[in-house]
Amino acid sequence: MAEGKKKRIPRQEMPTQDPQERRRNFHEVALGYTLELAVAEANRCLQCPKPFCVEGCPVQVRIPEFIKALREGDMWGAVEILKDKNSLPAICGRVCPQETQCEAKCVLGRRGEPVAIGRLERFVADWERAQGMRIPERPAPVGKKIAVIGSGPAGLTAAGDLAKKGYEVDVLEALHTPGGVLMYGIPEFRLPKDIVMAEIDYLRKLGVNIRTNVVVGKLYTLNELLELYDAIFLGTGAGLPIMMNIPGENYNGVYSANELLTRTNLMKGYLFPEWDTPVKVGNKVAVIGAGNVAMDAARSSLRLGAEEVHIVYRRSRAEVPARAEEVHHAEEEGIIFDFLTNPVEIYGNEDGWVTGMRCIRMRLGEPDASGRPRPIPIEGSEFDMEVDTVVMALGTRPNPLVFSDAQLERTRRGTVVADPKTGRTKLERVWAGGDIVTGAATVISAMGAGRIAATDIDRYLRGEGTEPWWPEDGAS
Amino acid sequence: MYRILEKEALTPVSKLFVIEAPEVARKAQAGQFVILRTHEKGERIPLTIADYDREAGTITIVAQEVGKTTKYLGTMQVGDSLASFTGPLGRPTEIEKYGTVVVVGGGLGIAPIYPICRSLRQAGNYVVGIIGARSGNLLFWEDKMRSVTDELIVCTDDGSYARKALVTEPLKELLDSGRKVDRVWAVGPAIMMKFVSLTTQPYGVKTIVSLNSIMVDGTGMCGSCRVSVGGRTRFACVDGPEFDGHEVDWDLLLKRQRIYVDLEKIALERYERELMRSKDTGGR
Ligand SMILES: Cc1cc2nc3c(=O)[nH]c(=O)nc-3n(C[C@H](O)[C@H](O)[C@H](O)COP(=O)(O)OP(=O)(O)OC[C@H]3O[C@@H](n4cnc5c(N)ncnc54)[C@H](O)[C@@H]3O)c2cc1C
Ligand SMILES: Cc1cc2nc3c(=O)[nH]c(=O)nc-3n(C[C@H](O)[C@H](O)[C@H](O)COP(=O)(O)OP(=O)(O)OC[C@H]3O[C@@H](n4cnc5c(N)ncnc54)[C@H](O)[C@@H]3O)c2cc1C
Ligand code: FES
Repeated sequence: MAEGKKKRIPRQEMPTQDPQERRRNFHEVALGYTLELAVAEANRCLQCPKPFCVEGCPVQVRIPEFIKALREGDMWGAVEILKDKNSLPAICGRVCPQETQCEAKCVLGRRGEPVAIGRLERFVADWERAQGMRIPERPAPVGKKIAVIGSGPAGLTAAGDLAKKGYEVDVLEALHTPGGVLMYGIPEFRLPKDIVMAEIDYLRKLGVNIRTNVVVGKLYTLNELLELYDAIFLGTGAGLPIMMNIPGENYNGVYSANELLTRTNLMKGYLFPEWDTPVKVGNKVAVIGAGNVAMDAARSSLRLGAEEVHIVYRRSRAEVPARAEEVHHAEEEGIIFDFLTNPVEIYGNEDGWVTGMRCIRMRLGEPDASGRPRPIPIEGSEFDMEVDTVVMALGTRPNPLVFSDAQLERTRRGTVVADPKTGRTKLERVWAGGDIVTGAATVISAMGAGRIAATDIDRYLRGEGTEPWWPEDGAS
Repeated sequence: MYRILEKEALTPVSKLFVIEAPEVARKAQAGQFVILRTHEKGERIPLTIADYDREAGTITIVAQEVGKTTKYLGTMQVGDSLASFTGPLGRPTEIEKYGTVVVVGGGLGIAPIYPICRSLRQAGNYVVGIIGARSGNLLFWEDKMRSVTDELIVCTDDGSYARKALVTEPLKELLDSGRKVDRVWAVGPAIMMKFVSLTTQPYGVKTIVSLNSIMVDGTGMCGSCRVSVGGRTRFACVDGPEFDGHEVDWDLLLKRQRIYVDLEKIALERYERELMRSKDTGGR
């Protein structure tokens, strides 16, 4: 076929549940490509010899190669190429911010729409799951024990990689269900929990021992674990909610997004009273913030029965940090966005319930330390919003509970200092990665950090690393 | 794991359970709590560690049956296993040699003060215990409490057993008697802890209370348990549960404890209907 005559194939849309229907249920919103759609989309890829998309991927998935395998019908080949760099493709295909990563760099995006890499990744991973998971052979045990603390994407990836190298791995998780944010934070309608459970089952089959209900810092301290294990990987995330510290924040009806989402997802509050844990949202909900967490809280509130849900954000639409797809889906579902608005006080009644919120209008000033324009309050622009539920989704910090007796160097933001090339912390035999090092970030970066640390742990335990533990310790 | 090894009805509304939990027992200290789930679909509920046996590897808890989860727990039998059991959570009681201490346990609060009294006594304090309940049949552990206190005052609201008084009355008499009291602890319903704090405040005796706000994870991750102490928001599960009672915003705690009352009622009524049905059909 002559190149010149080839008709431009448009970017293939992914089928979704109808917005009017899905805004009241917890089933997955995006339904995934069919084989036909996937192949049509895969055919759009130009197979660039120097693929920029790979540069845009935090873990350098060989994107053109897996797409090529897919369009040639070599599905297992596609799976292998994907999993070589990304241990959790079914999850990342659903939750990665592709529009700022791989797809942002796609050459097609310069003139039209980029290849839908995330949707193709999801398609390949879902195809693999439908085949029934293949279990790689377990190598001979090397006789060394590793504790992985926390079972989010960072911990799960480190555990899987180390188990495949023959280490005995115990994952220690504080909650009763493993998976971290994937289970307690991101809702079912965006990331079905079976998918996460399938990854965890796979690890179990690999021989990873997942121990839930173990709060490190309480049941065991890091120093105790150092006596029991040859190496420790710390992947406890950034689970501590940040509140605004404005008056009225403790009224009934004010939640951290973590509480609302934990009650809803981990405890299955949306299935109350079939499941025991209650979750309560009123008729008019304001969610403060505009990241993924805020979108999830807003869309969950709608599904839990709220009539009107607002996203209240102090910057403008251009600065919204959430994935583009989530913002788009939220708008389709009828979430109202109040930009350049910031709460200053929450009001309540005598019984202690929220009745309203005083807000102030903002304007954008010069860029601040984060590079985004600084929001500045407009004096005298205060106004009241009648709401009965307020959800704080302003970000999170690492939970210090895990450190207890350990002298682990941390930054002022409470994150652990670790070498990005190896994951080593300043404490010998302790590695860290994921949100505990970066602060709240992404699933893919946590996954990548778990992988980097696993590689270095293996090198260290084999005695191959002859350099000093910490780079700067140099000759001293 | 987390098998029930012993079960005992302490009063018509509260039961004691001895749970097999060797790792928790190894670390447990007075003042700490656990969070358990009775079954897969169950809620995570906090219960104070009423006793621990490091050698036997057991934790004792005492639960008052107030709603769905505690009633469900009450139907569980020796040999059954809990779905999860996490702990020890919270900061332990600050045990030091203070001198003379008064430890007040109201109703179910008698259970948690037992290990506190024991530890305080071991640290060389002169321990005065005050235990009280609405009526005599709701009192328990009088003998056990005698064994860890130097003096024990027992009272009931209705006078059906021992002295007829609220726990604050003997406490006030003690403070008025001129005896030097170095520190007071109070554990029980929020309203009782509030009144104990109000009683000791004029005397300037530091009073430690154990706050029972609504919890989910118990690790500082959700903020459900937030309380206001000394004008600052604190998370009871990690910053507490023990705080200075004179600084606690009691009205806030009492209001926050009521967030879910309507839904809790739905859950309980549904469960009671289920129990009736299974009784009718002969099942458990
Ligand atoms: C609601 C929500 C939506 C998000 N949406 C997206 C998205 O769409 N795309 C995206 O890329 N990213 C998203 N993120 C961010 C992403 O989920 C995180 O960056 C990622 O999960 C971090 O992984 P982690 O392994 O470092 O930690 P986590 O996933 O936080 O896991 C840490 C685990 O450690 C456990 N733990 C903590 N302390 C202890 C302790 N002391 N002892 C034992 N265990 C402990 C925790 O219980 C938890 O299970 C979202 C986050 C949230 C909260
Ligand atoms: C640190 C702490 C220690 C506690 N120790 C004990 C103890 O040793 N013995 C005991 O009997 N009770 C104790 N409680 C209270 C106990 O947790 C509640 O009675 C129990 O959760 C009620 O659950 P339910 O389903 O039976 O009743 P529900 O009908 O659900 O609730 C009845 C009332 O209990 C409170 N409550 C409900 N859910 C929770 C929750 N998840 N967390 C905390 N409170 C809740 C609410 O105020 C509610 O109105 C403690 C609470 C805390 C926070
Ligand atoms: S119970 Fe969740 S933070 Fe205290």
